[in-house]
Formats: sequence, structure tokens, C-alpha cells
Amino acid sequence: MDLSMGGYGAYVWTCFIMAGVVLVVCEWRARLRHRRVYRDIEVRIKALGDS
Amino acid sequence: MSSEDEPIGMLSGIAGIARRDLLLAWKRPGDVLNPLFFFAMVAALFPLAVGPSPEQLKLSGPAVLWVAALLSMLLSLNSLFLSDYEDGSLDQMLVSPVPLSALALGKTLAHWLTSGLPLVVVSPVVAITFQMPFSVTGYLMLTLLFGTISLSLLGSVGAALTVGLHRGTALLSLLILPLAMPILIFGARTVSLVASGDGVAGGLYFLAAYAVLTLSFAPFATAAALRISNE
Amino acid sequence: MWKFIHQLASPPHFYRIAQILIPWLAVPGLLLIGYGAYAGLFLAPMDYQQGDAFRIIYVHVPSAYLSMLAYMTMAVSAGIGLIWRIKLSHAVAAAAAPLGAWFTFLALATGSIWGKPMWGTWWEWGDPRLTSELIMLFLYFGYMALRGAIDDTTKADRASAVLALVGAVNVPIIHFSVEWWSSLHQGRTLVKEGGPGMDPGMLYPLLAMILGFSLIFGALLLRRVRAEVLFRERRTRWVKDLILSGGN
Repeated sequence: MDLSMGGYGAYVWTCFIMAGVVLVVCEWRARLRHRRVYRDIEVRIKALGDS
Repeated sequence: MSSEDEPIGMLSGIAGIARRDLLLAWKRPGDVLNPLFFFAMVAALFPLAVGPSPEQLKLSGPAVLWVAALLSMLLSLNSLFLSDYEDGSLDQMLVSPVPLSALALGKTLAHWLTSGLPLVVVSPVVAITFQMPFSVTGYLMLTLLFGTISLSLLGSVGAALTVGLHRGTALLSLLILPLAMPILIFGARTVSLVASGDGVAGGLYFLAAYAVLTLSFAPFATAAALRISNE
Repeated sequence: MWKFIHQLASPPHFYRIAQILIPWLAVPGLLLIGYGAYAGLFLAPMDYQQGDAFRIIYVHVPSAYLSMLAYMTMAVSAGIGLIWRIKLSHAVAAAAAPLGAWFTFLALATGSIWGKPMWGTWWEWGDPRLTSELIMLFLYFGYMALRGAIDDTTKADRASAVLALVGAVNVPIIHFSVEWWSSLHQGRTLVKEGGPGMDPGMLYPLLAMILGFSLIFGALLLRRVRAEVLFRERRTRWVKDLILSGGN
């Protein structure tokens, strides 16, 4: 298990970590957007319902 | 345009609108001359910035001239539909009996005649300042000929998509430039190849083929875009 | 079967079905990526010429592949939306664009980092894949910029659809242009050509990564489309009922 990747460790690991970060960020932002839209609609519906 | 009881053929529709635009351009020579001055000035920026060494000029000549031509075309494309949009002619075009794609083609033709063709004609003059030998200049003009046709056509799609938009100018450039990159790559590099003595048939065929390709779909895409932007 | 597809085009059905589908895509996707990354990093034999640096291929190639898959998804769904006037299709196109841009960025970044130990430069204009990926990134930005500039959703959908289709025609041309010139100069290609020549120990993790990334892309896309659909349909009855009943 050559963790240093034959000396190229910095390059290889940076790339893999970057890929992981991109995937996580995309997932996060998608969930965040969904939650925000949901909440906005919820607020508006409840407000209209009460008036 | 003609009275309602006379059906307007497609070709005469194209010719009609092209003639109208050409007359308008004739009345405002600035519309034709300004992009040409722009072309010359942009080309001049490079030797000013980089320094006047003749070898460098010769090497970078094709590329610089091509980039300058591209930018000049972008500049003139902005106003392709702008005046029609502002004075209501665009609405007329949308309901005209002549197919919208024919009208789009006519306008693009006029645009090329007033913006693309002049570039082709003027390019040798600027090319001389880049120490370009006459043998190469001919190829420069040929590549610009095919290239400017493609650019006018592609540009008309972009202009139709962005007409009337806030900050449409910058957006138009952003939309067109990636699509124009193959034209630039082939145009500039083919001319460089001439200078180094390699075969250029492939590059020229590509440029010609690309012009034909854009000619086949651009008028329809432009028409669709005009309808979408203005409904 | 036909009824299923027809139902899929209806926003409330899609919204529900997508929610069920997401884990079925995400979990296998993550497993495949897990295997692919592990095998690619530690099990695959070392490359003769590039040493261990070649392992970057296991993220670079999937990203590049996804950047193109995303663009095709965007263009096809935009086209379907434009021709058959299916609103949901437009939502898919809108959702695919940012994902595609991210993957394109990832392809460029990993490509650049790979280039440094290989050629000594952080960027190589002569590499056809890098250059065409860069142009593709600009295409994505243009698409998103056009969408952002138009306020009316329907107009934005249809205008950007025209742009996506025109761009789609150009994507193969862009690739061809850059490849052609690179081959003229015997360009130094970044990507090791896979296929039958590639050692199976090297190939399988790569295939796993590509498939895994694709499944994850699917899951991410569905999630984004759900949010998009919810937003577009915010004033409809079914959304109101959904929210009042506390559903997700």
C-alpha cells in the first residue's frame, strides 16, 4: 500500500480529494436548494392560510 | 414591402430585406467603417504591447489578424437586430408572409456584406504591417472569407437570442466565442502553415465545410430564437 | 410501459418517483466509486512510463466523460422540451448545467495537475482534451449566463434550449478541431488510450469509476430536478397539498 504514490502523492491525492469534494459539494447544494425552496413555499402557504 | 395580394417569393424576400439593410448601411457609413478601424486598432495593439521585432510579427501575424477580425465581427454583430427591435421592424418581420428564416438569412447576408467582406478586403493592408508575404496574404483572405461567413451566421443566432436583453453585448460575446473557437483555430493556424510551407488543403476544406454547415442550420435557429425572444 | 413514461412527464409523479430512485442510483454509485478508487489507487499495476502519477486517470477520465454526458443530457432534454413543449424536460436541462460545469472544472483541474509531473507545466495548450474541455466550460457558462439574463422562465427555457442545441452541434466539431491540430504536431496526449491495449487490472477500476460517477450524476441530477420542479410548480395545487401534508 504505497500511500506516497511513488513520490507523486501530492498530485494524486489532491486530485482524488478534489473529486470527492466536488461530489459532496454538489450533493450539499442540491439538498440546500431543495430545502430552501420547500421552506419558502411553506412560509408563503402558511401566511396565506392565516390571512 | 409588397402589397398583400402579391405573394412574395422566398428569394425576393431575402433580397428585399438584404437590400434594405444595405441601403441603411449606405446611409450610415460609420456602421461599416467603425468595425474596420476597430480591426486595425486591435491588430496594432499586439506589436505595441509585445514589441516590433519583425520575426515575432511574422510569426504572430496570422493569429493576431484573425483574433482582431473575430473581435471586429463580434462588435458589429451586436447591432444586427437592435435597430429593428427598437423601431418595431422586428415585429413586422415576425408576422411577415415571408418565412422568418429567409428574412434572417437576408439580414445575415447584408451583415456579412457590410462587416465580413470588408474585413477580407482590408486585411491585406494590415497584413503588410506584419511582414506578411503576399503569397500568404492570399490564404489569409481565403480563410477570412469562409470564416467571416460562418461568424455572421453563428453570430446571427447569438444576436437573436440576446436582442433586447440587459447587458446583451457581453452576453453575446460569451455565447459566440466558444462556438467560434474552431473557426479561429483552423483559420489562424492554416495561414501559419502556409508560411511554414505545409499543406493547407485540409484546413481550407474544414473552413468551407463549416461555412456550409452553419448556412444550413443558422437561419432556422435564428428564426426560432427571434420568435422566442419576442413573443 | 407507455403509461409509465407518460406519467413521468407529469411533475407530481416525477417528483415522487425521483425520490424513490435517488438512493437506488446513489448507493450502487458510491459502492462502484469506492471499489474503483481503492483498486485504482492500490491494486492496479503501476504504469511503465508515468509511474504512480497515472492513477489520476481514475478521476480525470470519469470527470471528462461526465462533462460530456451532462452536456448531452442538457441538450437532449432541452431539445425535447423545445419540440414537444414538455416543461419537465426544460427543468432537467436547467438542472444538468451546473453539474456539467462542475465536472468540466474537475476534468480541467485534474488534467492540469496531472500535467505538472508529466510535462512540467500546469497547462498544455497542445493537449486536445484539455483545450476542448476548456471550451466546453465556456459553453456551460454561456448557457447559464443566458438563463440568468432572461427573467421569464418559459422564455429562458426556450432561448437556452436553442443555445444548447447549437452548442451540441459544435461539441464534436470542437473536439475534432483540437484533436486534428494536436495530431499534426504529434501532440503529447494526456490521456493514456484505454481499450484492449490496457491491462485489465488497470481497466476494470476505470470502468467502475466511470459507471459509478454516472450513477452519482444521475442521483445528483434527480435531486436537483426535484428542487427545480418544486420551485416551478410552487403555485400549483399538488405542491400546496404536498406541503400541507408535511411530505418531502
